[in-house]
Amino acid sequence: MDISRQKRAPIYEALERFKKKRVVPFDVPGHKRGRGNPELVELLGEKCVGLDVNSMKPLDNLCHPVSVIREAEDLTADAFGAEHAFLMVGGTTSAVQSMILSCCKPGEEIILPRNVHKSAINALVLCGAIPVYVEPKTEPRIGIALGIEAEAMEETLKKHPHAKAVLINNPTYYGICSDLKKLTELAHEYNMKMLVDEAHGTHLYFGEGLPIDAMRAGADMAAISMHKSGGSLTQSSLLLTNNGVNADYVRQIVNLTQTTSASYLLLSSLDISRRNLALRGRESFDKVIKMAEYARSEINAIGGYYAYGTELINGTSVCGYDVTKLSLYTQEIGLTGIEVYDLLRDEYDIQIEFGDIGNILAYISIGDRMRDIERLVNALADIKRLYEREQLPSISGDYIQPEVVVSPQTAFYSEKKSVPIKESIGSICAEFIMCYPPGIPILAPGERITADIVDYILYAKEKGCSLQGTEDLEAEYLNVLDGMIR
Amino acid sequence: MELWFSECHTNNVKLSIRTNKELYSAQSDYQRFDVMDTPEFGKVLISDGEIVFSEADEFIYDEMVTHVPMAVHPNVKKVLIFGGGDGGVATCFSKYPEIECIDLVEPDEMMVEVCKEYFPEQTAGLSDPRVHIYYMEGLHFLRNVQNEYDIIVNDSTDPFGHEEGLFTKEFYGSCYKALKDDGIMVYQHGSPFFDEDEEACRSMHRKVVKSFPVSRVYQAHIATCPAGYWLFGFASKKYHPLDDLDAKRWKDRHIETWYYTVNLHRGAFMLPKYVEDLLEEEEDK
Repeated sequence: MDISRQKRAPIYEALERFKKKRVVPFDVPGHKRGRGNPELVELLGEKCVGLDVNSMKPLDNLCHPVSVIREAEDLTADAFGAEHAFLMVGGTTSAVQSMILSCCKPGEEIILPRNVHKSAINALVLCGAIPVYVEPKTEPRIGIALGIEAEAMEETLKKHPHAKAVLINNPTYYGICSDLKKLTELAHEYNMKMLVDEAHGTHLYFGEGLPIDAMRAGADMAAISMHKSGGSLTQSSLLLTNNGVNADYVRQIVNLTQTTSASYLLLSSLDISRRNLALRGRESFDKVIKMAEYARSEINAIGGYYAYGTELINGTSVCGYDVTKLSLYTQEIGLTGIEVYDLLRDEYDIQIEFGDIGNILAYISIGDRMRDIERLVNALADIKRLYEREQLPSISGDYIQPEVVVSPQTAFYSEKKSVPIKESIGSICAEFIMCYPPGIPILAPGERITADIVDYILYAKEKGCSLQGTEDLEAEYLNVLDGMIR
Repeated sequence: MELWFSECHTNNVKLSIRTNKELYSAQSDYQRFDVMDTPEFGKVLISDGEIVFSEADEFIYDEMVTHVPMAVHPNVKKVLIFGGGDGGVATCFSKYPEIECIDLVEPDEMMVEVCKEYFPEQTAGLSDPRVHIYYMEGLHFLRNVQNEYDIIVNDSTDPFGHEEGLFTKEFYGSCYKALKDDGIMVYQHGSPFFDEDEEACRSMHRKVVKSFPVSRVYQAHIATCPAGYWLFGFASKKYHPLDDLDAKRWKDRHIETWYYTVNLHRGAFMLPKYVEDLLEEEEDK
């Protein structure tokens, strides 16, 4: 990384120059620097709406970058150690989908763990690729899915040697890392592309003492949520490529679904955040790591909660742990994660990232302060004092591996009918259902619905998880394949 | 030369105090301190542009958070004070010989230094051997404390400053846990008059009512506060601030005061109708 070049922020600088020119707008957006929408200016501020401008020669165009966006992408690639970087404005969802669409055509196989974000399986609905799921092990005590073991991957590769790509989510939402380097070598032995959903791993590129990032591990593409640990605006993201992947073809794929009116608020936030990370990332994440480690030890000292960390590393299913994550298991105090999540928000005015059946995740970042960490820890202690239950929750696991019967695309576009969830056991699901967050599908199109899965869904619902993905917004009915009920 | 210090009490209301000169200004890890010398209020301590106290009216806060619980609780041995880095409250408690231990938790060491330098009378009590100062976050101090104190005072006044953690449900819950079975918590309850302060005042009451079986509010007139009007909270596990007031016992001590009397104690809990209404609304929630 060339530090002196990294001090530049080409998109930001172009916007500054553009502002000074006081150009009269006879183009979109129609609010014309906010003048046509005073209430919006009141809410967002003049500076912000003034930067909401259209693509034009001095500001470049995201669909066909030749000047300042091109430069910003080059600087980003340099900062992340990639050959090429794409600035993305449709969230990491669009980055994940572009990776898959770049590698897989209809009917081709892709190897991935089932506990991926829904965006990955959505991509399979779009392109018609066939998923081959490699099963992650589950942590027996805390019930979460772990990383992918090299052995399991090798077996799957042997059985499906013609698959086009392998996709791994690393780190997972909970902070679990696989042996990315080994998995990448294996994929390459079979001439498959290695794609990494690094939505929760921007900081791995800049922090010290953290698990290896995808580019350094030799992966071919990676999707990076800059808006998570990178500090940019929500919805802004990055797609990285390496190892001679044809970036111009990838751009065509990105442009299939990406907006032609990319927001300069998002683009400039990516530009500025990349500069921040390159110049100050290491010290920022040092601070984040210290705060997370402090919180972990204080929470474990309360008793009843288990804030896990590097002790989970076993060299097979857990090959690294991202210590910036503050994930904890709550069931020992008799409460599900989602109950603790709701209590923190409703009773203590503390919003955390998510709660599921067994765990909660508090997102620690460069914006946190020690006094807020103290609040979180005391609130957890207070919840234990006031709400602890003798009886343990009836369901402990947060991951059930489903059986795939037909491909996601076939299932999604098949004739289907809507049935009450309880009556769906034995049928094949034709849509997604997931708790959001974390957004990992409980069922994806084409999977067999079992009694265990239905119990899990009903329990999650009863405990207050937000169930999403179904056509029925209340998630009381499920779409299943018509005429294929056993 | 005209030199005035102004503090905005709302966007539309300002309190301005003529100032002789600025005596001190410094930035700590937590806040910016300024000390002004003024003809009307004497020396004034300012944190991030807002008055913390002045020599002229500081005694009102200190007496009201000390003597009110002391005239109710029959047997106080251990007291804990948060945000009392100016020493005023500790000094007031140190007038009671039966108290064995006064712990003071203040995250900002500079607060104590500045007050020792510019408000030596107020900090006199800090050198009492019963007073122990802990420089740390209040929530951190409380985390492992259980069934220890007879009285806890939250002397911090600003729910939106660096001590906002002392106005949260987890703080009140942690105080409940740290108090003995007949313990009392007294806290700054803000000013209810201006619309923009009202919500903070409501939210404090809402949280405390849920945390303690007895929760009453009392008032005082303090010139440098918004609208010159200030509330305090009295939360307790057992004692009622009026039913359990032992006026005779307190009077027999012959402690010298300038604001507090046991008559005023009774009157302070008689609140204006609009304040009663807003508190009751929160109790019903």
